[in-house]
Amino acid sequence: MTAYTIEIPGGAAESQRVRRHQTLTLRALGADPNVAMLIYALDDPTERLNVPDTLKAQMSARIKPPMTLMSDMGRALATVTDSSLDWHDAITGHSLPAQVEAKYGSSSYAADRNAWRRSARQGLLDELWKHDLGARDLHANINFFAKVAASGDERGTLTYVPGHAAERDFVTLRMEIDVLVVLSTAPHPLDPSEVWHPAGVLLEVAQASAPGPEDPARHWRAETSRSLELAERSYA
Amino acid sequence: MSDEFVLDDVVEAGDGWIGEIPAGTLLRITDLHGNQAVDTLLYDAHDYANRYSAMDTIREQGAVYLTTGSVLLTVNGDALATIVDDTCGRHDTLGGACSQESNVVRYGQHTRYQHSCRSTFVRKAKEWGRGLEKRDIASNINFFMNVPLTADGGLTFEDGVSAPGKYVELRAERDLLLLISNCPQLNNPCNGYDPTPIQLTGRRP
Repeated sequence: MTAYTIEIPGGAAESQRVRRHQTLTLRALGADPNVAMLIYALDDPTERLNVPDTLKAQMSARIKPPMTLMSDMGRALATVTDSSLDWHDAITGHSLPAQVEAKYGSSSYAADRNAWRRSARQGLLDELWKHDLGARDLHANINFFAKVAASGDERGTLTYVPGHAAERDFVTLRMEIDVLVVLSTAPHPLDPSEVWHPAGVLLEVAQASAPGPEDPARHWRAETSRSLELAERSYA
Repeated sequence: MSDEFVLDDVVEAGDGWIGEIPAGTLLRITDLHGNQAVDTLLYDAHDYANRYSAMDTIREQGAVYLTTGSVLLTVNGDALATIVDDTCGRHDTLGGACSQESNVVRYGQHTRYQHSCRSTFVRKAKEWGRGLEKRDIASNINFFMNVPLTADGGLTFEDGVSAPGKYVELRAERDLLLLISNCPQLNNPCNGYDPTPIQLTGRRP
């Protein structure tokens, strides 16, 4: 059952508290969407998404179901329960103000009103500030809907894959603890398009149930299952 | 003009190092016995919030591994240091540091009380003081560690590509705070299952 839905335009930022065993679904409203996401434990924001721990424990450099998104304390913050895509980027960060200006030209509220171009960094920092968090609380983010693949050469050369995601692609996260989610819909920093037309997303929060014994996240990798158990232990 | 050495320390297995490195210093990290992961964090010495960012560094160089020519960037895109020499060939910055908590996830509860890199980071950060806190410990570099990223998005820790005496040399592009954990991990091949000492050498050309 959907608790609430928010339509977030492209190039905007948002923050939401999402409770344990609620799902958060992001649905693309256009081509080449990008959602840069940071996640913090609500009861102690110094506990936060740790991308290296998440990737190395599950031996994957891409985010896909049924991976858990792990905190630096080993707890599953969330499980990626479903997605139309099997690859979401987590290794190339988000756009900085100077990059957005260099790529798309300068922009201001005075000139462009609410269509002004703001970087992901600016949006994330603005939202973090509202929760008494700041630059030191930035962590490596996930870029939902983006694919940046390695070529497998000696240097690990990376290539952004345009057209990876389109309208109606989606990803669903089930929260395993109470979290603060901070996100930006600014374009991916490696998106080659020189035209600023970031796609918006529909954010849906719904009530879900606790992962049962047959939940795919318990039967994929032992590491994934252990991170769920650590999350559950903290509510025991 | 002869080089003036400002630093020459051996860091034992499972120990760490914290201190300032002046701009212009050539800092050499030597893997004395081979296959030793050196978990490394860098900060602008005058603004710890302007710290090393693995993801910004990876994106801007368009490649996953670090080697000669890699510019180590801050979260604001500023150059902290450049790798100017590298006899190992490639270094990881995706794998992060081991912690007691991530060891439990990866290897099970029996590893909860083993020594880990985060424990060394915590000890050294506390020793240093000056406002360095948990939230300042972000994603790090693992010098000499081999974490191949495959074209299909796989990521595994493999045997090191390093060997005794291999080194990497950085030129400090600004005044740095350097925080190192000489990795004590025993549960995967990152240290060849036998953590060993490293050497830090600093000189100002």
